[in-house]
Amino acid sequence: MTIFLRTLISGLNLGSIYALIALGYSMVYGIAKMLNFAHGDIIMIGAYTGIVAVMTMNFPPLIAILTSILVCSLLGMLIETLAYKPLRQAPSLSVLITAIGVSYLLQNLALLIFGSEQKAYPTLGAFPGFTVLGVKVDGMTVLTLTVTAVIMIGLTLFINLSRMGKAMRAVSEDRGAAELMGISVNRTILITFAIGSALAAVASTFYGMTYVYIKPTTGSMPGIKAFTAAVFGGIGSLPGAMLGGILLGLIEQFAKAYISTLWSDAIVFGVLVLVLIVRPSGLLGKKRAEKV
Amino acid sequence: MSLLKAESIHVYYGNIHAVKDLSFHVDEGEIVTLIGANGAGKSTTLNTIAGLLHCRSGQILFRGEDITHVPAGKLVRKGLAMVPEGRRIFLQLSVEENLQMGAYCVDRREVETRLEEAYALFPRLKERRRQDGGTLSGGEQQMLAMARALMSHPGLLMLDEPSMGLAPILVEQIFDMIRDLHQKGTTILLVEQNAQAALSVADRAYVLETGRIVTDGSGQALLESPEIRSAYLGGE
Repeated sequence: MTIFLRTLISGLNLGSIYALIALGYSMVYGIAKMLNFAHGDIIMIGAYTGIVAVMTMNFPPLIAILTSILVCSLLGMLIETLAYKPLRQAPSLSVLITAIGVSYLLQNLALLIFGSEQKAYPTLGAFPGFTVLGVKVDGMTVLTLTVTAVIMIGLTLFINLSRMGKAMRAVSEDRGAAELMGISVNRTILITFAIGSALAAVASTFYGMTYVYIKPTTGSMPGIKAFTAAVFGGIGSLPGAMLGGILLGLIEQFAKAYISTLWSDAIVFGVLVLVLIVRPSGLLGKKRAEKV
Repeated sequence: MSLLKAESIHVYYGNIHAVKDLSFHVDEGEIVTLIGANGAGKSTTLNTIAGLLHCRSGQILFRGEDITHVPAGKLVRKGLAMVPEGRRIFLQLSVEENLQMGAYCVDRREVETRLEEAYALFPRLKERRRQDGGTLSGGEQQMLAMARALMSHPGLLMLDEPSMGLAPILVEQIFDMIRDLHQKGTTILLVEQNAQAALSVADRAYVLETGRIVTDGSGQALLESPEIRSAYLGGE
């Protein structure tokens, strides 16, 4: 029972991180209709920014996190403007390859600047934990879950109620018709990248505090897992990304605790394959009929 | 001065010369229609004016201003609105959200008033304002598409095949609405394959054949012309 609860909590913690990253993947896919494979590396940049902000600049924790969010948002917008925007009319394969190129570029830039040795992410303060049914829940987990929940609610409200959020949904559904309304498609996509990257920066903070060691390739595995989570939940769907992320974190931790640590990744991807066989558009993905 | 004036425009799809040396104009308060068979270049012409396609040569003037190279996203602010072919309402947005998108360029404080106007014009939409666009019937979707375009109070409303895919009774309703909008002072440029219906509401019409204007005249005159009757209206 203790193991079960502990696994459940660590699964939710990991799942929240995946969900935050998956939201960025899914939003960009839904609105810009592209797979941004450089998204995982934004987490790595966010983590390094956190390290520099705290260790070199001596910023207080909150300011360090905000700096990381700002840097990632700007980087996301820069990547969109320089790398993806010129390819708006290009075949999707060219965009995909460009995204992979951007991913390697970011990793190698980090290698150049920070070296190949891993760096430790600073502790951004201690948070009081508590004990339920004999299981100690540490403060970090509580913080991660709370912040993720708040972000998810905020994002859902933003997408559903704000003028910009509605414009995003309109662009996602029919770019041409949105343009006829006078909605600037480029600006909408730019804002999507900024939001997605900001979420990745928040995820990087939790990732850094949970896994501590950061190296230039740190972003790829959580990036791929989050992409899996987004597909699992139904790519393009925000509730899907949230659900997919949480489920993926749970499956991974339960597989580690009850089956095998070595096999956990194989199990995670195996589940994805099974889900896609049964529901090709993911758990909450809408099957969209092609318009005639 | 004409509200809209196209001067010898040429439009190509790759190497295909789809619109050849086309000139026409729309005056304030008129309904002008472009009719012709499939592939005559009607929709191409409309999409070119709307900025979705670009002409290789020629000029398009709106209120005397050259809009030939203005992209689609900027034309609403200049007073041109289009109801595209196939309606293209946002199926996953509610009826009200669709209308709000139509007023995207309108001052935010003004949007509520415009919504009320739209609901007064199309009471059916008010009943369904919380429903997703995708749940509406074809006729209601066409109403929504027109209401959405009207939200920006356009100087010129362009309609691309509004009767497409609708049952005859609904086609009649849609044309009643077009007539109604016209009486309220909206200037309309209408592209239609249903020549009979289009000519009966239009002040003037241009007949297109393989990218050229072959005839023009008042809607009434063309409706009575024997050549037009045999070519487009299925008459003897």
